[in-house]
Amino acid sequence: MTRAFFGLLLAGLLSTAANAETVNVAVAANFTKVAEDLAPLFKAATGHDVVYSFGATGQLYTQITQAAPFEVFLSADDKRPAQAVAEGFGVEGSVFTYAIGALALYSTALDLTHGEALLEAGDFDKIAIADPETAPYGCAAQEVIEALGLTDAIAPKLVTGENITQALQFTQSGNAELGFVAASQVVGKSSVWLVPADLYQPIRQDAVLLKTGEANPAATAFVEFLRSETAVAVIEASGYRVE
Amino acid sequence: MSLGDIWTPVSLTLTLATINTLTLLILGTPIAWWLARNRSGYRELVGAVVAMPLVLPPTVLGFYLLIALGPNGPGGWIASIWGGRTLAFSFTGLVIGSFFYSLPFMVQPLRNGFAAIGDDPLEVASSLGASDWQRFWRVALPLARPGYITGAVMTFAHTVGEFGVVLMIGGNIPGQTKVIAIALYDHVERLQWGEAHAIALGMVAFAFVVIAVTLTVDRRVNVPMP
Repeated sequence: MTRAFFGLLLAGLLSTAANAETVNVAVAANFTKVAEDLAPLFKAATGHDVVYSFGATGQLYTQITQAAPFEVFLSADDKRPAQAVAEGFGVEGSVFTYAIGALALYSTALDLTHGEALLEAGDFDKIAIADPETAPYGCAAQEVIEALGLTDAIAPKLVTGENITQALQFTQSGNAELGFVAASQVVGKSSVWLVPADLYQPIRQDAVLLKTGEANPAATAFVEFLRSETAVAVIEASGYRVE
Repeated sequence: MSLGDIWTPVSLTLTLATINTLTLLILGTPIAWWLARNRSGYRELVGAVVAMPLVLPPTVLGFYLLIALGPNGPGGWIASIWGGRTLAFSFTGLVIGSFFYSLPFMVQPLRNGFAAIGDDPLEVASSLGASDWQRFWRVALPLARPGYITGAVMTFAHTVGEFGVVLMIGGNIPGQTKVIAIALYDHVERLQWGEAHAIALGMVAFAFVVIAVTLTVDRRVNVPMP
């Protein structure tokens, strides 16, 4: 309330940001930090504000189907944005890949120099993943476990976070010795094993403009901004690939 | 939609609620007795601490529990006795979390029940030569019965409905920590409306029965409604 008041006051005084709008963006949990880094750059480039809601991709999509007030959807897969268009929530032709994610195994307790050998030895109590049904990174983690033939060995040790951020929490707090997380979440951390890309399907993260945001200049500007050199540089520096 | 999908979380939740209710009946009694009968200056302070979970968001409890149950907290130390590292992601962890979360739901009705007895019946029992134990078992306990029933029903129901705390410390393990509320949440996340409806409707019926029972048992005992 007070923020809105001061915002109005400022706008009145300065009357520069006459066309400043706000865009509501639903963001897959793995992209949390990058999205937050991008917000001030977006503001600087366009004058618009952005408000994020973070969650598991499936969770956000469920909310979108129930008329959540999101205008742009940054998914962690390429399935749901396409589904959004097919089911009439997304704008035709607005889907594009904003980042290609990588999966990492992370630990605060163990040395991960030989990550694969460590997983096969099974000398740990708990391993955290995101919910494979709703979080694409959880799905990729499951593919890795299957590819290594460890499904049965790891099943009793598996703990499931609602999304990739919770899988990171479980690992960060030491409650789980190991966790499959997004490489972007553990950039610069010491005990990380980057999972070889041939063990899982590439995580193509697509964005889609939702019909709710079609008339909002801030929403279209945000989608544009994601493809800008400024944004791409930040996304690449955060551990993603951009095509 | 298999029956096992729904029955596993239901039976887990009922087990958790039963254990938690029994634990709190035993441990809540001395706390409530002390709060009701003691005239010490610390009384209101302890009362406030016990009541905290009524106003604290469950996520606050969940956050502290995640740390306290982990390898660097007391939970990790306890787990190391049998070679574990953490009490998070375990049924034991849920029992500990539920205890703190439901403490006021047991202690408040018991405290009110004990306070309502007053001094007279206990003094009469003393003058007739009753020992402290006899005074408690034969006078205080029967007179505080409505408080016990209300406390047990509220604690049981409150545990059945637990969500935030479990979401943060449970790790969603079927048969271990996946309780009813979490199972419902998962079904909704996955757009499985059929299963979600079945669980939600069951919970609505359960809540109605609990409230009806509580209201019928005693209209005089003040129950803090969650």
